[in-house]
Parts: sequence; C-alpha cells; structure tokens
Amino acid sequence: MCGIVGIIYSERVPVDPRPLRRMLATLGHRGPDEQGIYVDGPVGLGHARLSIIDPAGGQQPMCHREAGRWITFNGEIFNYVELREELAARGHRFRTRSDTEVILHAYDEWGDACVEHFNGQWAFAIWDERRRRLLLSRDRLGIRPLFTTRLGNRLLFASEIKALLANPDVPRRIDPAGLDQTFTYWTTLAPQTIFEGIRELPPGHNLVWQDGRLSTQRYWQLSLVPDDAPRTEDDWAEELIELLADATRLRLRADVPVGAYLSGGLDSTLTTALIQRTSDAPLRTFSITFDDVEFDESNYQREAVAALDTDHEAIRCTARDVGQIFPAVVWHAERPILRTAPAPLFLLSELVHDSGFKVVVTGEGADEMFGGYNIFKEAKVRRFWAAEPDSAWRPLLLGKLYPYLPNLQAQSMAYRKAFFHVRPDDLADPLFSHLPRWEMTSRLKSFLSDGFRSATVGQPGYADCLATLPESFADWPPFCQAQYLESTIFLPGYLLSSQGDRMAMAHGVEGRYPFLDHRVAELAGRIPPRLKMKGLREKYLLKRAARGLVPDSVVRRAKQPYRAPDAASFFPTGDGTAPAEYVRELLSAKRLSADGLFRPEAVEPLVRKAARGDVIGQRDNMALVGILSTQLVVEQFIRNRPGKGDSHLLCEAPEGPFRQKVTVPFSQPNNDLPAESLDTASPVR
Amino acid sequence: MSDMADSLRAFIQETFLFGREPDFSDDDSFLDMGLIDSTGVLELVGYLEDTHGVKVEDEELVPENLDSINQIVRFIESKQSAAAAT
Repeated sequence: MCGIVGIIYSERVPVDPRPLRRMLATLGHRGPDEQGIYVDGPVGLGHARLSIIDPAGGQQPMCHREAGRWITFNGEIFNYVELREELAARGHRFRTRSDTEVILHAYDEWGDACVEHFNGQWAFAIWDERRRRLLLSRDRLGIRPLFTTRLGNRLLFASEIKALLANPDVPRRIDPAGLDQTFTYWTTLAPQTIFEGIRELPPGHNLVWQDGRLSTQRYWQLSLVPDDAPRTEDDWAEELIELLADATRLRLRADVPVGAYLSGGLDSTLTTALIQRTSDAPLRTFSITFDDVEFDESNYQREAVAALDTDHEAIRCTARDVGQIFPAVVWHAERPILRTAPAPLFLLSELVHDSGFKVVVTGEGADEMFGGYNIFKEAKVRRFWAAEPDSAWRPLLLGKLYPYLPNLQAQSMAYRKAFFHVRPDDLADPLFSHLPRWEMTSRLKSFLSDGFRSATVGQPGYADCLATLPESFADWPPFCQAQYLESTIFLPGYLLSSQGDRMAMAHGVEGRYPFLDHRVAELAGRIPPRLKMKGLREKYLLKRAARGLVPDSVVRRAKQPYRAPDAASFFPTGDGTAPAEYVRELLSAKRLSADGLFRPEAVEPLVRKAARGDVIGQRDNMALVGILSTQLVVEQFIRNRPGKGDSHLLCEAPEGPFRQKVTVPFSQPNNDLPAESLDTASPVR
Repeated sequence: MSDMADSLRAFIQETFLFGREPDFSDDDSFLDMGLIDSTGVLELVGYLEDTHGVKVEDEELVPENLDSINQIVRFIESKQSAAAAT
C-alpha cells in the first residue's frame, strides 16, 4: 500500500522534479518503505511505497520498456497470480513477482478494459509514452483514494489532497458546494470535494488525459436487481459462504504477515473465522475497547477470541484520547467529519503498526451488502407504517430500532410520525430511506455564515444525488434502493475513506475487505431483499451462512452500531479539565469571524451548552464535531500549506509519544476499569 | 403578545435557531419549519417544566400542544388554570 502522485503537461513543458518530491513528502505515512520518482519531459510520476508483495522486485514507478509504459500504483490486485498465468499463456514475459507488473501487462493485453479483469482495491496511473496518454483508474467500490486538479495545461494527481495542496500553484479554498454536501449527506459526492478545484475520481471510474483533454468513463456500477429464480435459502447461503471464503483466501496473499480486526460483531468475527479455516498459521487480531459501556464491545470480543483462538490485542480508547488526537485525525481525513468515530481507528492502526503488521483483514461492507444497518430497518418500518398511517401498532416497531437513543424512545406517536416522514406521499420517493437522516443533517446548515450559506443554496431536493443514480433505479425494490444509497454515498465517502483508508494509512496499515470483493457485491445484488432482512431480522442470510463458523452468541447478539464519544471528547465535564487549546482557539468568536464559514453567535451557545455537559442529542453532537473538524480543515489546509515547514503545528504529533497508550490484556476479564473514566458518558435526561 | 410568548421566542432563538432571529408567526408549525427534532421536543418540555412549574404528562407530548408558540401558550395556560382550580 502506498501513495501515488503525478504531474503531466499537455505540451512539451518539462516537469520539475522538485514539486513532485514536495508532493511525495506529504505522503510519507502511506509509504514509509521507499520512494521513487520518474520524470521524462512533460511527465512526472511519484511513488511512496509500503512493501507488501515482492519487496525486492516491486519498486515503483515501474516500467514496461518494450511497450513504453510507466505505472505508479497504490493498492492490490488480489488475483494477480491467476492473471499472471493467463497473460504468460498469451506470451507475456514477466521480470518480477509483483502485482504491479501484472497491471502493466494486462493493460498491454486489454487496454483500459484491463480493470474489468482485476479483483482488488486500487488507484493507479499508467503513462503510455507512444500514445502520449495517461490512464487513471480507481477500484469499483472506492477503497483506495485518488484526487486530481487541473492548472491550465497541467494535470496533477495524488492519493491524498494534501499532496496536491503542497504545490504552491494550487489554490487553497473551501468550496461551498462541498460543505453543503457534507452537511447533508455526511460526505461530499465524488467528484465534488471540500476544496475548490480539486476533484475526486469516483469509484468504478477511469479517467483519461490526452492532448490536454480529460474524459471519464464508468467501468462498473453496483447493481441491486434481485434474481427471481427459485432457489432455497440453503442454496443462497452456500454460494455466499463459498464466495466469501474465496474472497478471504485471496486477501491473505502477501509477502508480509496478515492480521485482522476483530470488533466482536458478526462481520469481523466471520472474516476472522474464514482466515482461521484457510490457514494454519497463528493469527494476530486487534480491537478497540472503550471505558464507556455505551460504546464498548469487549465482552463479545473476548468470546470471539476464545472461540477462534487468536492472539489478540486491544487498545483502550477514552474520550480524552479522542480529543487529543482529533487534529491529527482531521489532518489525515482531509475533510469535515460529523462524528469522531474515525479517531479510535487511528489509535487501532497505530497498535497494528507497533505490533509489526502492515496488513489487516476487516469486516467492512457486510452491513451495506447484506442489510445490517438500522437505516434499512427504519425505512422498512416507515414504509409499513405509511401504508396505514393511522395504525396504532405499526409505529410501535420503530421503538425497537433505536434502544440506544433514549430521546427518541420518549416521543409520542405523533412526533415519531413527523420525524420519520411517515406520509403516503413520500412512498414513491427514490430517496425515501434516507430522507429523515439527510433532513436532520441539513439543519446543521443554520450554523453557516450568511455569505457562505447563500453560496450553498442551490440544488433543491437532493438534485446532486439524484443525478448519480442508475437509470432503472426507480424500478428497484425499496430495500435495494436504500442499500445502493448507503453503498455508494456513505461507504466510499466516509467509511472507506475518513474511517477506513485514511485512518489505517496514517500508520502505514493496509485494510483488506472480503465483503467488498466485487464478486461478493454482485452476488449481494442478486439475493432477494426478503433474505437479506427477514421481517426485521437484519443480515438474515449472512447469519445463516455464518452458522457453525462463528460463536452462536455473536450471531444472536443485538447489533451495536460502532460509535465513539463525540462532544464529551472535547468538553470533559466532571473532572475539571478545560477543553484543549485548539478547541478553544478554533471555536472562538475571533477565529470563527476571521475564517468566515460559521456564525460566531450561533456557535457560541452551542459551545456553552457543551461546556455544561448539556449536548445530548445527535444534532448538537454532529454540529459540534462538524464545526470543529471544518475549522481544523481550514487551519491545517487553508491557513497553512501542507508540506510547508511550519504547517499543521496545531495537530501533527510532536516527536515521541504524545499520548499514554493503554493496551488491554485479553487473557483476563477487563472489569476493573477506574471509576472516574465513566464520567465521559454523555448525560441522558 | 404575552410575556410567556416572548420568553418562548427567546428560548427557541437560543436553542433551536442558535441565535438567528425568529422569522415566523406565533401560529407557524415547528415541525413544518423543520425547527424541532426528537431531542428538541425533550429540550422544549424540560424548559416549560422548569420555567412554568408544570408537569407535562407523556400523553400530552403531542404536536397539538407543542407545535407552535400559540399552541404552547394555550397548553401551559390551561395546565396552570387546571392546577389553580384544584
């Protein structure tokens, strides 16, 4: 896993290697093992390497001399062994054992369509000298990142935005449209980013640059059209588990040891079980625990560890840790985030790195593909209710959905009806499932300053989102529509980026996701929705497929959404500590006025409320985390230029440990936590 | 209107509008304006109980009582007069 950068001119202007090196220097965390650049006339490619496959032969940028092609590549092509054989049989000769070289030969053989043969997670650039053409590509589901910006006759690309902004010629401005999307969908919708002029290559797309012209092609799209063929549940379950086993097997390919995240939930317990079934080697697993029982899952982790016999280590995360590392978290995420949940994963990847591991298998994607989220359940109940809006008992089902949201539990029917959009008119809306969430999030825009707010008033009715939907979307079953929205917006825009790639790569760790093997996603698309969620039993078919592989208690347990302490991380109450200096500074009226994004008179009461420990609801928590993270983006990427000596003073960890690390032994029960640590729980009225 | 309506407006301005001037009438629906969410209802009830010395019962937690300035004023006044009569 690595970081890639590049500069290409449309005319014969020679690339200066210095800015290329400067860009690469900001990506050292992604590729600490070695760096390489290739400059030839108007083309410059750079690579920061984390060596995983063929450490000796896989240096990059790599060339295929006879064909006149160069590549810089971040990620993995897991089926490279099979592709290499296939290509060798067609006469291709290989110099290395790396998957990078397989991409070059696959491009030779199949051109841009080579990506359709790949099973993997990638962002790469291939420079074709003879055609004077650059191909950029990103994997189907958006696991690996790729950003571009165009400056006149020049195209710059990089794995992370900070590398683009390190170039002094690139303007650094917040794009109101990006902020508007973030405060609606919890993420920007690619190609939109939070920065003006910087574009994200959407998942499943290729981008070609030739003669100064850019063209984008979609080569894959998630399709959720159920297969009506008569098949038994057992048939589906069997096909699913065999495919998952194969997806996991391919993801163990590496010349370095592979570990696993084990959260105590069904998904990572299943992937861990599949690893154990495939390999006899002792397996190292890693997890996060919280002092706060509201977030902690260590009991389930302990059961899974005991049942699967792994060598396990956990890192304990406190609200105070979250507050301390948050600037670094935003530095890596490079965008505003509305929750702090990425922060513990930053600590977890540090633990993995310190344990000598570069690769972990994780359970991400199962909730999207197999129907695990509450938002799917909620949409089902709302739809059921809206069909008979006056029913007294239908809405009672809503109460079962959010046992961990006491504020909602206290509401009367009439209010629930209003909050959950239970109106017959809404039923035909293709965005039905997500309307309550997006509407609630959009309320946060009242914090935006008048100037900024007026710049963001545009697209009524989620037009930007509607424009990205597949043609036949309106005909899909509602459950599949909800899955699509979750899998193409929240998954790549937040889970795989802010909470995935960026937190793992902050410490040079690569995540691998068996549930996001495109074959698994395509199978998930064919499974009838009634088997994904039977009644209100989430992940019904997946649980059935997992039977016998994971402990019954893990299969049966109630799903706990992964969350972390939000406002309480920045405003400790009860122990007399003041908020960190950066929190006070960035949320001060003076700073807010100077930056101009938010209204100081709106933020001030929120800050006061948080200081009293009265921030109790989702809206206030999201507002606080969203505003603070936006201010951190401004501080670290706009006020200071990334890569410039004195930038991100506020946030980058000083040399040496900046935090007391607490790992939790898993050989014995962990019930002797200090009482004072429980103070971080959000008060509930 | 009454002092009660004025202080309600001030509470709404601080709590739900985060300082923005309210630009709605005393009959406008909080729900229709997107002013209030599930936490907001509880905050509003907490405020009414603290400020006006009433106890809002679970079955009274409905928009008919709480969804506009005028509805709240009527609701609180009827609670208070009922309490005074007993």
